[in-house]
Amino acid sequence: MTEPILSVTNLTKRFGGFVALDGVDVSLGDKERLGLIGPNGSGKTTLINCISGALYNEQGKVNFEGSDVTGTTASSRAKLGIIRTFQIPRPFRSMTIIENLLIPMEYAASGRMESRNLRDQAMESLEIVGLQDRADENSANLTQIDMRRLELARALSAKPSLLLSDETMAGLSSSEVDEVLDILFALNGRGVAVIMIEHIMRAVMKYSERIVVLDAGKKIADGSPDEIVNNRDVERAYLGE
Amino acid sequence: MKLNKFWFIIAAVFLIGIAFTMVADNEFYFYATYAVMQLMIMGIAWNILGGFTGYVNFGSGGFFAAGAYTTVFLHRAFDAPPLLIAVLVAPMVCGLIGLGVGYFTLRLKGVYFAIATLAVAIILETIVVNWEFVGGAGGYYLLIPENVVFFDSYIEWLFVLILAITLIAIIVSRYLNSSKIGQGLAAIRDDELAAESMGVPTLKLKLISTTVMGGLMGAAGAPFPYFITFVEPVSAFNLLVAVMAIAVPMIGGTASWIGPVIGGLLLGTIQETVTVNISSELNLLIVGVVLVGFISLAPQGITGLYQDFMRKRRKGND
Ligand SMILES: Nc1ncnc2c1ncn2[C@@H]1O[C@H](COP(=O)(O)OP(=O)(O)OP(=O)(O)O)[C@@H](O)[C@H]1O
Ligand SMILES: [Mg+2]
Repeated sequence: MTEPILSVTNLTKRFGGFVALDGVDVSLGDKERLGLIGPNGSGKTTLINCISGALYNEQGKVNFEGSDVTGTTASSRAKLGIIRTFQIPRPFRSMTIIENLLIPMEYAASGRMESRNLRDQAMESLEIVGLQDRADENSANLTQIDMRRLELARALSAKPSLLLSDETMAGLSSSEVDEVLDILFALNGRGVAVIMIEHIMRAVMKYSERIVVLDAGKKIADGSPDEIVNNRDVERAYLGE
Repeated sequence: MKLNKFWFIIAAVFLIGIAFTMVADNEFYFYATYAVMQLMIMGIAWNILGGFTGYVNFGSGGFFAAGAYTTVFLHRAFDAPPLLIAVLVAPMVCGLIGLGVGYFTLRLKGVYFAIATLAVAIILETIVVNWEFVGGAGGYYLLIPENVVFFDSYIEWLFVLILAITLIAIIVSRYLNSSKIGQGLAAIRDDELAAESMGVPTLKLKLISTTVMGGLMGAAGAPFPYFITFVEPVSAFNLLVAVMAIAVPMIGGTASWIGPVIGGLLLGTIQETVTVNISSELNLLIVGVVLVGFISLAPQGITGLYQDFMRKRRKGND
């Protein structure tokens, strides 16, 4: 593995007395595709929140591209290229679809955009997810599925160097899952590292070079998809005993 | 093209205002239009934080009063310096108060934020009530200068001053609304967490928002002591002031800079007409009825109604 782009060390997150993450270590190589799985409530989204800065962790460190970003704001991490999607889509509801994309272009990616017309660049992201014909529709009236597409397009517009994708495929049909996988493969082909949280095993197994498994806030496995499939602890976490 | 039209209108309105002072000599017109413009500035100021940024609050009236009392303080401390000085100092003082208040309260959300700002207004009022230097609870009389340069009477000068402040408020509000900052504020209003995740520095933008709100409120309040010549805390900090400032953008529309301009014109005119022709008690009732009507029937205000109308018409043409 090359120099890691992200390294999370001994990360602990508590909600009151409840320990949501307990001494988690995760590192991610440059351009790596990492799957993050675990039963419901195991702490996957919480980990994404701590990496992206939406939540502060009281213990442990987050390093990104060689610098310590622990304790910095989510917006400053977004500027560095750490971009996440939300498991439950959070569009800017007063804005049209394309206006939603202009926000990250004006802010997170402002220093990194090409000098071309921003609208054209936003349209390209919309084409990737298939929303190009609806650019000027209000985002509040979208179906759940289309909101997920928008969520992804907005994240793409932020020009991530690390994309944290939180169940982008939930509720999609099998062919739609394949479409999103293609998008994420293409993104990775352009040099973006990806952490994919997904309950759809077929998708995670196909996409990930490596998989990390969380259970009750602890990392219980970290290895190639094959190793994970044959891991006794993982089986136990999912099936119970 | 559009930009030029905007600046043309701003310049034209200002020149018409100046011309107005030369031809009109019934002072009532100046008092009435002054009141309308003061209301408009307050609506514009409230809307920057409450409308653009989505932080609805009841404390904005406190900043208006702080502006008025900045003038009183300067009047007392420096032996009645020109009003223009107070008009320049008050926005700075109130902008700083806005910055400080923002820093300590913006972590709160929704109703908690609204209550915290109300508490700030009460604290400011308490300070003024107990500060004898600015008149304390008894209030402060302020004689308007007898000699006015250029204008026929002091109210004409006040009128031109508040006109200039109004136009500046409109320019500032329009800039905030249509710039990158405005997009960021809209993102905060829609979803603060998503905004922050997309790189919007939410704390910084919210502080800009409270500072500008405070500054404009302070600018609206600065000439007020000269306008009424007697200031006392209960009326300066009247909650009604805050309610009126909220009513203006609610009626005009909160999403765009033009909303409080339209709302201020409409509400201010209704208010002045009713006060003069009928009574000031009825005036309040009417404001209440208009406000309730808009909130329940047209929550997006007049600009929202207009947009709906245009959208329907476009659909009809398709
Ligand atoms: N803000 C919060 N306050 C209190 N508890 C929280 C908070 N966020 C998450 N939790 C708790 O932390 C645990 C981990 O939640 P998290 O959302 O990270 O799980 P997850 O692995 O993403 O689950 P899912 O697969 O259902 O999305 C859960 O028990 C959840 O109830
Ligand atoms: Mg989750």
